[in-house]
Amino acid sequence: MFRAIYEYFKEILLAIRGLINGMRITGKYIAHARKEIITQEYPDNRDTLKMFDRFRGEVVLLHNENNEHRCTGCSACEVACPNGSIEIIWRAGKTPRRAKRKSRLRPSYTTCRCVRCATCVSCRAPLMRSKWGMISNTRFSIVRN
Amino acid sequence: MYDFTTFVQSIGNFLHGQFSPGVATALEWTLVILIYLALYAILGLVLVYVERRVCAFFQLRLGPNRVGWAGTAQTVADALKLLLKEPVTVNKADKLLFNLAPFIITLAALTVISLVPFAKGLQAFDINIGLLFIVAVSSLGVVGILLAGWSSNNKYALIGAMRSGAQIVSYELSVGLSLLTMVLLTGTLQLSAIIETQANGWWIFKGHVPAVIAFFLYLTASIAEINRGPFDLPEAESELTAGFHTEYSGLKFAFFFLAEFVNMFTVAAIATTVFLGGWMPFHIGDWAGFNAVMDFLPPIFWFFLKVSAVIFLMMWFKWTFPRLRIDQLLKLEWKYLMPLNLMNLVFTAILVYLGWHG
Repeated sequence: MFRAIYEYFKEILLAIRGLINGMRITGKYIAHARKEIITQEYPDNRDTLKMFDRFRGEVVLLHNENNEHRCTGCSACEVACPNGSIEIIWRAGKTPRRAKRKSRLRPSYTTCRCVRCATCVSCRAPLMRSKWGMISNTRFSIVRN
Repeated sequence: MYDFTTFVQSIGNFLHGQFSPGVATALEWTLVILIYLALYAILGLVLVYVERRVCAFFQLRLGPNRVGWAGTAQTVADALKLLLKEPVTVNKADKLLFNLAPFIITLAALTVISLVPFAKGLQAFDINIGLLFIVAVSSLGVVGILLAGWSSNNKYALIGAMRSGAQIVSYELSVGLSLLTMVLLTGTLQLSAIIETQANGWWIFKGHVPAVIAFFLYLTASIAEINRGPFDLPEAESELTAGFHTEYSGLKFAFFFLAEFVNMFTVAAIATTVFLGGWMPFHIGDWAGFNAVMDFLPPIFWFFLKVSAVIFLMMWFKWTFPRLRIDQLLKLEWKYLMPLNLMNLVFTAILVYLGWHG
């Protein structure tokens, strides 16, 4: 019987210890709440925000300083994309001179359909990279041509 | 130094001098009702904001910080939104009970708050069975919850209401017993007299171990009684959508919401009154200088300081502990809180019999 009473009080004390442990953790959180807040107030700090290394966002075609890209239109990204958000539109020009020009190559990228898996990036690493920042109000800014 | 008795009496004398006794009494009542309704609304708005903000900081979030300075006007905006919303009534709801339930809850919350002494002489309703009255009236709120759950014609609401019933029937005992422990020490049920007994030290300090145990038992049981913190089974969002107020919208939902937060204030106020010395300033032994400085702060400030400390403790509980299951809830009450309370009561009775209390 004394054994049972001992067990009863031991259980209560252990429970209290567990509760205090939990409260210590949350207490630490609120004590350091100013410094450790994870939430980003995004559109306000767009200029200063530094994204994490492993962040995957919208895909952009990299351009060099002369504003030329190195896309050959091989369609590897289109094949790799799981939900068809990338489409390579290849239109041969009507005149022979225009047919040679690269600018007729048009990769179409629909951001609203993209799931940010970055499969296309791993396929054509030097050509594309993930970029932070997608915020838009219009349909026209969602589909990138 | 800060005694509101003469101030309150002078208002009463002025009214009685100007008008006939009947009209004067009616005016006094109107004044008290207006003050308490304003207090009710302000408390609700402030507590909702504080709750959302504190909860956010506990979870390392920011909380509402857009409307007004640091989001202070957020709750005002929310209240305006709720006022403008359409009060939807469910098709097959019991119309009378459905509309009555929010008012019963508000009535219970308002009645209890009227007994709280904010400062010396600043109390609307000082009866000699104060604590008993509080325990009796605060359990009236469950009638509103049960009616709300029953009349909404919704399974989730009904389950929530039934859980609330089981919860309050059990935890009422612990609240009553822990307050009874303190009544043994104070020797009175009148709230103003209870505060007078703490002039030379708060009960949590001079009541030895039993008072401390009773404080935490009271806090746990009363948090359960107002359906809050880890005991929010009646409105468990993840299980019952919103529990008993699932079908309510607009102003009627606002009544439930306000009553919940005002109940939190009431619980903290009673804990302050009974355990933490009410509006009595903090004194240490015979440090005359320190005590004089503490006396300088007005009692109403002391009262709200203690109440906010207790409310913060309650928020800390809520945002730390996971919600209990219904069987765990009943087990906690009947296997742990209640026997501990009874043991504590006997222990205190022995202490009082031997005359060891302050």
